[in-house]
Amino acid sequence: MTTAIDVTGLRKSFGRTRALDGLDLTVGTGEVHGFLGPNGAGKSTTIRVLLGLVRADGGSARMLGGDPWKDAVALHRRLAYVPGDVELWPNLTGGEAIDLLARLRGGLDRRRRDELVERFDLDPTKKGRAYSKGNRQKVAIVAALASDAELLLLDEPTAGLDPLMEVVFQDVVTQAKEAGRTVLLSSHILAQVEKLCDRVSIIRQGRTVQSGTLAGMRHLTRTTVEARTARPVTGLDGLPGVHGPRVDGDRVHFTVDGTHLDGALRALGAFGIRALTSHPPTLEELMLRHYGDELAAHGHHAAADDDMGDGPTGGAGGGPDGGPDGEPGGAPAGEPGGAPREATAGGAAQGPTGGATR
Amino acid sequence: MSSTTVPAPAAPPAPRRPATRVSALAGAGVLIRFGLRRDRIRLPVWLISLTLASALTLRSLADLYDTAEGRASAARTAGSPAAIATSGPRHYLSDYTVGSMLSHQMLGFTALLVGLMSVLIVTRHTRAEEETGRAELLRSAVVGRHAQLAAALAVAAAANVGLALLIAGSLAAQGAGSAGLAGALVYGFAHAGVGIAFAAVAAVTVQTTAHARGASGMALAVIGLAYALRATGDVGDGTLSWLSPIGWAQRTYAFVDNRWWPILLSLAFAAAVSAVAFPLSTRRDVGAGLRPARQGRRSASWALTRPAGFALRLHRGMLLGFGAGLLVLGVMYGSLLGDVEDLLGSLEEYRRTLEALGGTTVTEAFASMVMLVLAIVAAVQVAMAALRPRAEESAGRAEALLATGLSRDRWVLAHVTVGAAGGTLLLLVAGLGFGAAGAVATGDGSLVWKLAGAALAYAPALWFTLGCAVALFGRLPRQTGLVWLVPVYSFAVGYLGQLLRFPHWLNNLSPFGHVPRLPAAELEWTPLLVLTALAAGLVWFGLAGFRRRDLETS
Repeated sequence: MTTAIDVTGLRKSFGRTRALDGLDLTVGTGEVHGFLGPNGAGKSTTIRVLLGLVRADGGSARMLGGDPWKDAVALHRRLAYVPGDVELWPNLTGGEAIDLLARLRGGLDRRRRDELVERFDLDPTKKGRAYSKGNRQKVAIVAALASDAELLLLDEPTAGLDPLMEVVFQDVVTQAKEAGRTVLLSSHILAQVEKLCDRVSIIRQGRTVQSGTLAGMRHLTRTTVEARTARPVTGLDGLPGVHGPRVDGDRVHFTVDGTHLDGALRALGAFGIRALTSHPPTLEELMLRHYGDELAAHGHHAAADDDMGDGPTGGAGGGPDGGPDGEPGGAPAGEPGGAPREATAGGAAQGPTGGATR
Repeated sequence: MSSTTVPAPAAPPAPRRPATRVSALAGAGVLIRFGLRRDRIRLPVWLISLTLASALTLRSLADLYDTAEGRASAARTAGSPAAIATSGPRHYLSDYTVGSMLSHQMLGFTALLVGLMSVLIVTRHTRAEEETGRAELLRSAVVGRHAQLAAALAVAAAANVGLALLIAGSLAAQGAGSAGLAGALVYGFAHAGVGIAFAAVAAVTVQTTAHARGASGMALAVIGLAYALRATGDVGDGTLSWLSPIGWAQRTYAFVDNRWWPILLSLAFAAAVSAVAFPLSTRRDVGAGLRPARQGRRSASWALTRPAGFALRLHRGMLLGFGAGLLVLGVMYGSLLGDVEDLLGSLEEYRRTLEALGGTTVTEAFASMVMLVLAIVAAVQVAMAALRPRAEESAGRAEALLATGLSRDRWVLAHVTVGAAGGTLLLLVAGLGFGAAGAVATGDGSLVWKLAGAALAYAPALWFTLGCAVALFGRLPRQTGLVWLVPVYSFAVGYLGQLLRFPHWLNNLSPFGHVPRLPAAELEWTPLLVLTALAAGLVWFGLAGFRRRDLETS
């Protein structure tokens, strides 16, 4: 696989703020690459370096075989960019802005443009100042996707879009991928990344902390297993790779390292499985593994752990007030009976997540 | 509620009075303090600069004109129509002390700046807040419908009263016999009257358009009109001056008659205009203008998607506004040309001075002075145009553009080209208006092309101004505001320099000081070519810097 973007050891400071501190990023041609990290981690700065808008202090960056700073204009003809915060010209209509951006890039497929305007339900006759944030975002998305760029740099492109438009966006990016385009998608909407991305890079404080396929990352972390068995389960504590087992009558709950899943399930089978749910670690869990200490510093420790320890289905969303608390095993937070359970759950979850980084 | 004991059985709560009845001005007090806090640097800079300008002018006048003979001679020169058009009414000349000299020569000029200050205060605290969406946040709190506008006007009024006191104090402190306390106070508060009047004008213009720039532009156009009215009125019979707040301020005759009532006229005007602004603001939504947003084009024309066409689109409104303003100004001055000769015929001394200049006619001398004023107004537009790339960068709009196939050079050069060509066009429009009106007034048809040509001679000075802006943009992007020094300094030197007998080198520092003063003087190509070359060099220098620096993003 050839690489569309190859960044190593990228450094950039703004005054005293160190925005990038040795960041690595490799994006293969034709892949959709998720670029994850909290606000201020350096996602936008990386993209601006790739666009030649900002000059790196150190490290190397190659994109589409060229130097992002020196060959900026030539490269720009082959890529399209959607900023996270789209600002439009107050007295230009959305349609005019789309045409302007697309034609300055070097071309516009009128049929595609009109189709995208239609799909995103955008009124192109309104003036820039009259658009809401979501609609400004749509203008930039349409301008970028109406071109035939081989590389799409999308910097939190759907901030401000409603869920319906989010679905349209995912369809459109999937189409772009099928057409063989490369996409770098910076985001903190995990569901979006899970749906769209082949590989992800997680960055924090200007450094890449993890990079790879989602499956590969999951392999490194733990799967949550919940089961009901015919007989109470015993002896899980001694099994390799099993963490925080909790037995409550015929119910059992534990997490297990990806490599030891097989052994744990065999052991479980001996007690007569009646029902079984298991789910791979969600992206939230992957992210929280890297940001656990930060959350703790912000006083969100317990809530985050609780969420991870209990969530039977995973997926995006689900705060401390989400589905898990309604289950029989989970008492409403704040009532005396809930306290011991929460403590256990917290302990169980700390193994794979917060504990690893501490 | 749960733990406290409620003694009586729960009766339905008495309906509260609607919040709007409490006060449409609720929160205004907090907003005034907030406004003063936000402007804690800006306002002192304005106030101190204006005070220093007045105090230092008085000081140098006192030094230069320390004999009665000198003052009498100054009065004779200051009585020419050209001088009257750029200074103030003739009545000051009847008692031309150092104080009245200050009031005559300086008040019209500082009144423009005070007006500018007041307009910017009001738009910054009202429309600019709405445009950015911050007003929405404030208005969702316990803030009355009219609180923001009232607070903005109050901040403007406070700044103006502060300025009045500072100027009065600084002049009175210099004591100089004639510059007595009464005169100093009237002089100071004449400024406040102008400022408050134009703050009220801005209070109306911010209602009409959804944009701070547009609102400021409209209010500044009113200031320009007020200045033009007083210029024409003062040269003529004075009627038109009575339609202008600047005219009123000058008719306080500070240090001559010390009249207070024209200031009251300003305040009454301000009250009447604000009384229109408040009801107007209730007829629109927050964030919207009175004019409803129109639907626009579904797709872009071919020209718009070319870099220069796009730049032209961004500059179009400003160019049209300045073009109209300069045309009016040119025509107004041009219509005076017919009387200039008659009025000056009696002034033997003035005639002799002109003859010393190179044997030109009185009309031509007047025309070349007016030309400088027109050129500097055009320079303001050129500076704004050249700063447009910076405005686009700060607003975050440059990022998306420069991520396309548009190179940095082409982007900036598109704005430079439109700015340079636009400025030249403005000169032509002003010169043609001046010449055509002059031709009608004097019956001399050759004035049309003569004056248009004289105006065009200033084009290299405009390009130089533009070059300064591009150099700042490329090298010191955060200090681009420094470019305003060029027109302001040139105006101050060109306007006050002769009166204050500035040394020649001060005039040489101004690019406008090198332009041959056509039609009175001969055309010289060398300074024009040098200015053009310097302008090109500055643009190149700025571009080289911009190519190397980071694009600043939020």
